[in-house]
Amino acid sequence: MIGRFVTAALPFLVVGAIWELVAHSAAFPDRLFPSLEVVAATAWRLTLAGILPHHAADTVFRLVTGFAVAALAGVAIGIAMGRSRMAESLLLPLVSIGAPIPGLAYAPLFLLWFGLGDTGSIVLVAFVAAFPVIQNSWTGVKAVKEIWVRAARTMGAEGRLLFRHVILPGALPYILTGLRLGLAQAWRILVAVEMLAAVEWGLGWLIFGAREFLNTDAMLAGIAVIGAIGLGLEKLVFQPLERFTVVRWGMMAA
Amino acid sequence: MRALLSIGVFLAAYEAVARSGWFAAALVPTLEVSLRTLWAMLGDGSMAGHAGNTLFRVFSGLALACAFGLALGFLMARYRPVERLFLPLVSALMPIPSLAWAPVFILWFGLGNTATILVVFYAATFPMVINTWSGARAVNPIWLRAAGAMGAGGTSMFWKVVVPGASPFIITGLRLAFQRAWIAVVGAEMLAASAFGLGWVIFDAKEFLNADIMLAALAVIGAIGFALEKFAFQPLERHTVVRWGMVKRA
Repeated sequence: MIGRFVTAALPFLVVGAIWELVAHSAAFPDRLFPSLEVVAATAWRLTLAGILPHHAADTVFRLVTGFAVAALAGVAIGIAMGRSRMAESLLLPLVSIGAPIPGLAYAPLFLLWFGLGDTGSIVLVAFVAAFPVIQNSWTGVKAVKEIWVRAARTMGAEGRLLFRHVILPGALPYILTGLRLGLAQAWRILVAVEMLAAVEWGLGWLIFGAREFLNTDAMLAGIAVIGAIGLGLEKLVFQPLERFTVVRWGMMAA
Repeated sequence: MRALLSIGVFLAAYEAVARSGWFAAALVPTLEVSLRTLWAMLGDGSMAGHAGNTLFRVFSGLALACAFGLALGFLMARYRPVERLFLPLVSALMPIPSLAWAPVFILWFGLGNTATILVVFYAATFPMVINTWSGARAVNPIWLRAAGAMGAGGTSMFWKVVVPGASPFIITGLRLAFQRAWIAVVGAEMLAASAFGLGWVIFDAKEFLNADIMLAALAVIGAIGFALEKFAFQPLERHTVVRWGMVKRA
């Protein structure tokens, strides 16, 4: 146990030590290359003052709102495309054209249309995150085994019953993959959009704003929080969700 | 045929909104205006200049990421201590979006190509490392033993067995890396480029409410991404892993 902990911590100690050496060697100005204790002190000070939590809370709020919209709309559109021929032929070409364009390229356009600040950034996050959700939900519905559908039909399941008990569970592994990809996408876009959209609070803005005042320590503290949130999303949201649904139902190996 | 119909319906709906006069013409330009702008920018060579700069940045970053990612990935798969040292670092740095580093790189290296290329490198390097590493570890052990029994030593074992064996993973990694790099380059250009580039032109157009220029640049970004996928990555796959029988033709 202790041995494992040491092996896991060692790489970070090595990199930390190299960083400290460079920072203290005075090869670069302190303002541009602060030592780790300065970064930690800044992070602590900003946390106590409530500034860092406020930035993080606003970012998470935008992420959750944007992603919720993307998840609801994306799953609905994806399932509609999988179930109805008409929806599929109408929407599939648009989705295939829209998906490969980098989400950030739309950012200035969306900011023009929806204004700077929350609305513009949330709409953009939702729009960008919806593509993987749509594509995977659509594939998932199409990938439900025909034999399950026929077996359920012979046993008299129709309409809602069939959808709820056969198609939805069958498509769920794909839908969850889509949600996961969508959330990762949303997270990457959100940080960048906050830099562009001139929001008042938000981790992206914290980093970008700190540049004006050469506060490299605040930037690095912000980046650390961003990394921690990204890791937390994966470990605390998606892995448990998968365990409680598809793994429990035996759709996927743990 | 169906695809054309669907795109036609969408464009007609857009045109109807643009012509309805509900929104300012500067914000929602008609297709005619956008196409004319696109044509003019293609004609005077400015669009080619922007696209050229963007492609230069994205491929420089991607090339660096490939060199670094392949080397580190193979070393991690081959030597245990390298894996132990780098895997935790890779896992810790991977969840940080590359664009979060943009302001730091701008401070360290100034506005311009260096900062932009570094952001692209950061975005593209993780898929390369992870896929090379998993690919090299997924090489069928029977092949290694068979090649060993036939007398293959270090170098030829690496080039003739490990590299082709890992190639389906590596090519998937390259594709993922390109997708990430393409997103990163547009964002980085908005933040860090000083004069040219497709991302920069979109961002600059916002200041002057030139939505037609934005739409024109968006169309070019989409077209380049599509063309690279169709004419670079799919043929690459056909000529390597599909031909070697490592994966089936889709």
